Amino acid sequence: MSQGYFGAFGGAFIPEILHQTFAELTAAYEAARADADFWSEYLTVMENYSGRPTPLTYAENLSAAFGGRRIYIKREDLNQTGAHKANNVMGQGLLVKRMGKSRVIAETGAGQHGVATATMAARLGLECTIYMGAKDVARQRPNVFWMEQLGATVIPVTSGDQTLKDAVNEAMRDWVGSMDGTHYVLGTACGAHPFPEMVSWFQSVIGSEARGQILKQAGRLPDRVYACVGGGSNAMGIFQGFLDAPDVELIGVEAGGLGLATGLHAARLASADAEVGIAQGYKTYFLQDDDGQMKTTHSVAAGLDYVGVSPILANLHETGRARFIAATDAEVVEALKRLMKAEGIIGALESSHAVAGALRELPDTPEDTVILINLSGRGDKDIFTIADALHDPKWEAFIQEKADQYAKRANNPGDAS
Amino acid sequence: MSAAAHTSAIEPIIREKLSEKPILLMAHLVLGYPSIEENKKVIAQMVDAGVDLIELQIPFSEPIADGPVIAQANQAAIDAGFRVDAGLEAIAEITLTHDIPFLIMTYVNILHARGMGQFISDAAKAGVKGLIVPDLPLQEAGEAIAWSREAGLDWIQLMTPTSHDDRLAAIGAEADGFVYCVARRGVTGKNTSFDDSVGAFVTRCRAATKAPLAVGFGVKNAEDVAYLQGKAEIAVVGTAAIAAHREGGAEAVGRFFRGLRPAD
Repeated sequence: MSQGYFGAFGGAFIPEILHQTFAELTAAYEAARADADFWSEYLTVMENYSGRPTPLTYAENLSAAFGGRRIYIKREDLNQTGAHKANNVMGQGLLVKRMGKSRVIAETGAGQHGVATATMAARLGLECTIYMGAKDVARQRPNVFWMEQLGATVIPVTSGDQTLKDAVNEAMRDWVGSMDGTHYVLGTACGAHPFPEMVSWFQSVIGSEARGQILKQAGRLPDRVYACVGGGSNAMGIFQGFLDAPDVELIGVEAGGLGLATGLHAARLASADAEVGIAQGYKTYFLQDDDGQMKTTHSVAAGLDYVGVSPILANLHETGRARFIAATDAEVVEALKRLMKAEGIIGALESSHAVAGALRELPDTPEDTVILINLSGRGDKDIFTIADALHDPKWEAFIQEKADQYAKRANNPGDAS
Repeated sequence: MSAAAHTSAIEPIIREKLSEKPILLMAHLVLGYPSIEENKKVIAQMVDAGVDLIELQIPFSEPIADGPVIAQANQAAIDAGFRVDAGLEAIAEITLTHDIPFLIMTYVNILHARGMGQFISDAAKAGVKGLIVPDLPLQEAGEAIAWSREAGLDWIQLMTPTSHDDRLAAIGAEADGFVYCVARRGVTGKNTSFDDSVGAFVTRCRAATKAPLAVGFGVKNAEDVAYLQGKAEIAVVGTAAIAAHREGGAEAVGRFFRGLRPAD
């Protein structure tokens, strides 16, 4: 069996043309991993550029509402660009510099990974191209705006469903023709070996920090750790801090969308709808039909709307080390509102899945329970989606007013007001 | 199972045809695009135009080794309701109708979803002579190669310009039927300039295997085929045939292939 397997999952199912590129990347990653100086350089960059260590916040008001059960929140939302994505892209960026390549490409769904990659490229002086489904370009204009301002070229992908999976395929096609000077910055712990392992390694900084912080603040390890799961990189990040502590229950929360019974969701491990398959370079659970064609997924959070899942998480699911549940769009919006009102923290819709899962299960736990929630990102990027969900009339009036202003300017180009 | 234990289904046919023609043509088409009925008309035109082998692509939603034209054809076929069962039925009819070797080209998940052994057995029953699965590289393909040989099918390996010589040798040692040489870096359907670098790559492939060589990715006109004559046994044409079909239907595909043969 080839490298990069986690139980029955993983592998490197790549076209022959990429064999050498993956061999070189694997060698560079393994050399970096064996080099303590690389990791300390990484930690220094993250400390000085991204604000690490991120805090662990005791959610005092929310805890009081649950009879004093203690809720701690790992604040990955306070990273550079507002999400755990920064850990992975800076790590890969430093590896790119080490490999002597000058260009990076990435795919993005909601745009968060694209913004993070464009930020890293600007900081490290790398040329940057971002592939994004044409539908996502239309839905996530603010992130496209930032990527372009950061100097990246954003290419809308018009093939297939025009969403994330098509952007992945298009980025792969670019890489197949440009691998000499280009690195593909995969955004999550998926894809062909060594990506799942490498991305998890960069994200492990979350878990190692959180373990030390909760021991200090709560005086003991948590009973449960909750993280949302799209591809699974933030979950892998925080879970790694507790994998060797069998009494700590690890819970991944997937996108339940409109409900598992509707079929409109992205729950690969928490539903019976997914099957083991091989696509996009690796073997894992995919939402696919019985011919093996990938299905369309749904979530209120574009970042969780992915058809596969990290092979490392698939293995943790299979071995029973982690448990997977799903939160619906409606539960997620409620959880987001509750966290905002109780703690003054605006979580991303993705991260609010972890909050929703935890709050749903908390009443059934013993009163001295300690839980840790990984808040993987902040929610200001979701302002349009959340405002749509809340039907806030003042927001809608504001947007209308801005639209009128732009229309007026378009009709009178000389008017700079 | 060693390569020596397998008797190739395709190689003897290739050798025999080469006694009559200086280079063979292999065409590619996407099953179900635009429809299976139209596929049958196109195949009849291809065979009539002297095409020697045809690879039938079973559409997949994530065709990562294909360029935009073939990727869109894959998606269009799936959107139009393509099903693998119907595809295999059509293949069985096609292989009975035309006396040339057909191969199935697809991605590994199509095999995996049906059960790898089951798919290979069904492909053999449908009358194809070989399989091309670009996202199942050598180190992951051991079982599939063994099952294919058991079913009497050739498992077609790919060689690429980025493969080092020791990798080419490892691939060449497992080659059945012929080797598919990818003429350049990149996906299907982009321009390839057929020049000394392609010639040098084909020479490296030749040194790595005793199997016949098929060269594809970017072959689009008679000059490209003429360049390959004397260097490779087979020229592979995919995207350009789809473009010809889009412009003028099945008959235009026939005209296109007739125009590819170097003038005698």
